[in-house]
Amino acid sequence: MVKDLEDVVIRTVSRILIPFIQIYGLYVFVHGHGSPGGGFQGGCIVAASFILLAVAFNLRESKRRLKERTNAIFCALGVFIYAGTGYLSFLYSGNFLDYGQLSNLFPTDPIKARYYGMAMIELGVQITVMAVMVSIFLDLITAGKHEKTLEEDGK
Amino acid sequence: MTDFIVSKYNYWIYVLLIMIGFYGMMAKNNLMKKLIGMNIFQWSIILFYISIGSKKGGSVPVVDPSLHPAIRALDYVNPLPHVLMLTAIVVGVATTGIALTLLILIYRKYGTLEEDEILEALKK
Amino acid sequence: MMLHFPALLVVVPLIMSFLIFACGLFERRICFPLTLVTLAACLLFAGGSFWTVLSTGQPVHYHLGAWAPPWGIEYVVDNLNGLVLVALAIVALLAAIYAKTMVEREIPVAKHAPFYALYVLQATGLFGMTVTGDMFNLYVLLEIASFSAYALIGMGEGAAPFAAFRYMIFGTLGACAYLLGVGYLYIITGSLNMADLQQILTPLYQSQVLSVGFAFLLVGTGVKMAYFPVHTWLPDSYTLAPSSVSVLLAPLFTKVGAYVLIRILFTVFDPSFSTTLLPATQVLGWIAVAGILFSSIMALAQSDLKRMLCYLIVTEIGYIGIGVASGNRLGLIGSIFHILNDMFMMAGLFMAAGVIQAHFRTRKTHELTGLHRKMPVTSAVLVIAGLSVIGVPPACGFFSKWYLLLGTIQAGQWFFMGALLLGSLLNAILFFRIFERSYFEARPDDAPHLGKEPGTTFERAAMSELVPMVLTAAFIILLGLFSGYIVEYSIAYAVPKGM
Repeated sequence: MVKDLEDVVIRTVSRILIPFIQIYGLYVFVHGHGSPGGGFQGGCIVAASFILLAVAFNLRESKRRLKERTNAIFCALGVFIYAGTGYLSFLYSGNFLDYGQLSNLFPTDPIKARYYGMAMIELGVQITVMAVMVSIFLDLITAGKHEKTLEEDGK
Repeated sequence: MTDFIVSKYNYWIYVLLIMIGFYGMMAKNNLMKKLIGMNIFQWSIILFYISIGSKKGGSVPVVDPSLHPAIRALDYVNPLPHVLMLTAIVVGVATTGIALTLLILIYRKYGTLEEDEILEALKK
Repeated sequence: MMLHFPALLVVVPLIMSFLIFACGLFERRICFPLTLVTLAACLLFAGGSFWTVLSTGQPVHYHLGAWAPPWGIEYVVDNLNGLVLVALAIVALLAAIYAKTMVEREIPVAKHAPFYALYVLQATGLFGMTVTGDMFNLYVLLEIASFSAYALIGMGEGAAPFAAFRYMIFGTLGACAYLLGVGYLYIITGSLNMADLQQILTPLYQSQVLSVGFAFLLVGTGVKMAYFPVHTWLPDSYTLAPSSVSVLLAPLFTKVGAYVLIRILFTVFDPSFSTTLLPATQVLGWIAVAGILFSSIMALAQSDLKRMLCYLIVTEIGYIGIGVASGNRLGLIGSIFHILNDMFMMAGLFMAAGVIQAHFRTRKTHELTGLHRKMPVTSAVLVIAGLSVIGVPPACGFFSKWYLLLGTIQAGQWFFMGALLLGSLLNAILFFRIFERSYFEARPDDAPHLGKEPGTTFERAAMSELVPMVLTAAFIILLGLFSGYIVEYSIAYAVPKGM
């Protein structure tokens, strides 16, 4: 009886907190240029929200919210955003990761375009870091056996 | 002599931490303790780098627009080691992730994480 | 587009690795063709960059993000790493073709997609280590290559995860030592660019901080290239790794480490610093002598073919160390040429060992009797690669050893010359044992059956396994026949002036 009450407290609090943790992760990411923060830190915080979901509830709940296949696609998506920003500057005959060329794409001057380019790659970093952290956590707590569920999910 | 120790106290702390991590990596028998020693080793090198960039009286490396263009490098902490160490932290996290996965595989196969017991099992 | 080849060489495999991982979740069979396409594209990029270097005679500089060095990261292709890049790309492509049937045999089906993704990521790390001109970027790419190696080796059977864990502990030690070295250099110069460091460091050679940083750099690089006392991670991990993995790692990883050593000793630091101001090359030479003798004798003592080849890798790295230790032009030419040759020699040997393990069902050298009858192509490749290791013309190993010997004679280092010759003799004993067993002894009647079940016939090696082996053997002979041109037109310009 007491145990059920404990669970109720933990579950209610985490149910309230998790969206705020994710928003805080986004806040840390966006303010990375001027205060401590950035892509990696924001990604870790957003991953912590999913890990809190897995710890407070059970693993099935966490997998219901973020399927493993979606997680793996996020992992690749972040790298594509990063490398894609780099490749965009190829189109305008700049060097790789030359954000100044992005001013041909966005209606800003080259200096502000560097600012936006950095924000774009930080977004890619955040998505990948979140996916990888959640994936490492899932691997470790299931001792690797969750790969069977990946096969069952329909290969 | 005391001046040599006292004025460079931060380097002495990092040397101590590196040696602790190194001892853990080499001398401990349990694989998990080796991993923890490796972690201490890596993080203490990161701390060492960050201490390189600090300056006495320096502030956060964000340029105050009202001071532009009278910016002196002495006023700001060097941000380059911070950025380099962000990468090194990610490397440390990835190392820990891979090491823990390998430890799970080893534990599943041998049932123990003590190095001498695993070597005994390998000899057979 | 040709201008962007140095950056594309690292970026394209990086993004394709994640593409392979993502596509492999849906359709497993697409991973292998994507791997081949990526590595073929890398061969194109490496060849194009090297061609630019050869035709213009100037190194190719590429500024990432259009920031000029020393503020930005720069990628440099010059004569020293141009040939190494092309050889890397060729061997990686051949290893990937070879890996097709090996992967289906050794790796569980659910892990094929991550396997190929790690394969291409390893290639990214190796290409990046060779092409970068920035010290910290080299650390990042070194760690990328190392992590992929740890994960790939951990996929093997038996005690492979344990060997991979020990490799990880040791390898992290080396990489952190390298990081400490870069940190010391950064403290006194404030720059991380290799060419810039060469300029700034010249008046600072008397500094103690610099000597300690230099020592850390050498220790870190030594761990990664399996130099003698810190080579102990190599035999266990490369023996227990799957065949498809050891064919990628064994030829390439340690040789890129040797390239990094030559870069640090002769480009970042002035040659006179490494040879005369600090007796660094002397110390490296004596350690290399001990390494050659120790690992040759250990190789003789092995009964497992693959483990013997792993000790042979340490011997070959010792030869490169002796070439560096001679400290003169001929020795350095010998070292650089030996890096190239060793990539192809070790690729051929490990490919043959993998095929022998898969089809001949043994790895013990004393069970290799009658190999020639059952697998003629494999034993021919083994012979050519073995003769190259011993140093028999026209295989390429002879020419690089010739330059190394000339270097030691010119420097007057008779012990190093003796170690080289003794190492060749021990390698000859090693290989002629195998040749005699495989060619001149008939298979005994009570030998274990070779088919998958009793009563079935012997399973021949597939075309995708034989073609890369034959191509590797062909490259070994071609490198030997055209060694004069290679040295004259490319490697001679890689040696820094004043040596």
